[in-house]
Amino acid sequence: MTKVAKSKFGQDNLAGLLMSLPGLILLTLFVVIPFFTAIYLSFFNVDFNMVQGPQFWGFEQYRRILVDPVTSPIFYKALMNNMTFALIVVPAQTGLAVLLAVMLNAKLRGIAFFRTFFFMPVVFPMSLVAIIWALMFSRDSLGMLNGLLNLFSFGYIQPIDWLGDPNIALLSVALLSIWAGVGFQMVIVLAGLQEIPVELYEAASLDRANRWQRFWNVTIPGLRNTLIFVTIITTIFSLRLFDQVFILTKGGPIDATQTVMYQAVTSAFIEGNVGRASAITVIFVLIIIAITVVQRLVLRQNREVK
Amino acid sequence: MSASTLKVEKKEMLRRIRRNRSPKKIIRTSLHYLFLTVVTAIFFAPIAYMLIGSFKPTAEVLDGINGFALKNLSFNNYLQVFATFSDESMGFLWRFYANSILVSFVIVFGGLIVNSMIAYALARLRWKGRDAVQVLVILLVILPFEAIAIPLFFLLRDFRNTYFVQFLPFIASAFSIYLFYTFFIGLPLEIQESARLDGAGPWRVFRAIIIPMSKPVFASVTILSFLGAWSSFLFPLMMVDNPLYVPLPLEIQVFFTQPPTDWGPIFAFGVILVLPVLAVFLLFQRWFIQSVAASAIKG
Repeated sequence: MTKVAKSKFGQDNLAGLLMSLPGLILLTLFVVIPFFTAIYLSFFNVDFNMVQGPQFWGFEQYRRILVDPVTSPIFYKALMNNMTFALIVVPAQTGLAVLLAVMLNAKLRGIAFFRTFFFMPVVFPMSLVAIIWALMFSRDSLGMLNGLLNLFSFGYIQPIDWLGDPNIALLSVALLSIWAGVGFQMVIVLAGLQEIPVELYEAASLDRANRWQRFWNVTIPGLRNTLIFVTIITTIFSLRLFDQVFILTKGGPIDATQTVMYQAVTSAFIEGNVGRASAITVIFVLIIIAITVVQRLVLRQNREVK
Repeated sequence: MSASTLKVEKKEMLRRIRRNRSPKKIIRTSLHYLFLTVVTAIFFAPIAYMLIGSFKPTAEVLDGINGFALKNLSFNNYLQVFATFSDESMGFLWRFYANSILVSFVIVFGGLIVNSMIAYALARLRWKGRDAVQVLVILLVILPFEAIAIPLFFLLRDFRNTYFVQFLPFIASAFSIYLFYTFFIGLPLEIQESARLDGAGPWRVFRAIIIPMSKPVFASVTILSFLGAWSSFLFPLMMVDNPLYVPLPLEIQVFFTQPPTDWGPIFAFGVILVLPVLAVFLLFQRWFIQSVAASAIKG
């Protein structure tokens, strides 16, 4: 009867370890070690173009990125751009996702047909999305978007230089990112909506609550956790911004679409400066951890208040 | 009055509320459809633009709203794409396809095996070091790939232009492990425990009980990791430039960087790039949408 005792109260040391081993080895080799390598390299002056080996630099890379009056402004500019991008995309995309999800949650014929179209951009690679929009954003009157604006404003709106005007470029990148990402969020919100018990709506209807009241008093509270999740995901996504910028604007015009990740990649591959790129990577991870922790704390507080 | 009659009455009342076919209701439904149609048109416009443009001469693609006009359609852009990629120096289109399919296939199937096994060990087995591994996985879930892209390039730079450098780093995924883990935790324990009492070992339980019960989560992970693998851009950009090993999405740059930009062939290439994914999506869209929804149940 040792077998029974073993399976019920004993341990599965060997099986547990063997089953975890492949994943564990791969994660260690390709995630954990690279991350510690980034920390290590960030304390060195490592350059692909240099003949001599790495030199120990201590915190010099961090000083140059964060403090030095000549070399730090570009990093802060990039960080500001990420924050601005998040401030545009998070509320706009979440709001739109909720609106679309509510419209799709109605019991109407053919609703799945519309859902298909809203979700479709999600399966497009970001590199392709960026290129389609590059053409939509053409600056002269031949551009698609300018053509549409001209049509619907009866010629009042002059052609806009979507990607060439430093005041608009980041907004344009945000616009295409919302187009590409809102379907993903919408599906998550839709799943959240379907978790809300129908009885709550029925009770509200019987209490003669109108649509607006039902939306604010049943739907929004019911979606609370979903919305928090979606906000975290979109915020982190905003910090990772790279593909679109790389293809559409290369960080320009005059650094209007520089981002933290774009800085890191160009430091490494255009300047060959791996030390600086690694230091930016480490700062990037610290920011993401900080955001996650803050959002978790807010979440916990709300729970306690409840 | 019994509870059931009450229920029936409530149902009847609700049915009347729902079945209400007053003019107000009809107007509201019409507006609902109108709104959905307008939004659908806005969402689909860029895709339609690409589809139509891929059959038009470049000069007529970039022509304001006439870009949507269905005239002068031909397969010339597609022929040009095939012609561009038809020698050793530029590479071959079928080869990019094959590269993308091979790399995505290994990432998806390798990932299903590796990630589901570790997730089962974490969710259902007791072993030394389990808690430490659990903490590690949770920490790694929030670490985006971008955070390790550069050191990974630095470490693997001697292995550029190979297949294995394109898939090996992506097989194990903390996010997939987390999806499997949350699903396995939710499975009923009774069958697993009685099987173990009957003498089945952990491998047997995993193979014969867990896997058959977990088709939804396997489908979710397949779809999500396939979408990621098929569109991966940053890492191949750093690691691959030999046309023999380049995956499909990277090659769109060939048309995009040669000025004056040749929009017709770019769009044709775009259609070639997205068509297989789009076809799979349209066939299995219920699964796609469910898997995205499932990815959020964590949180």
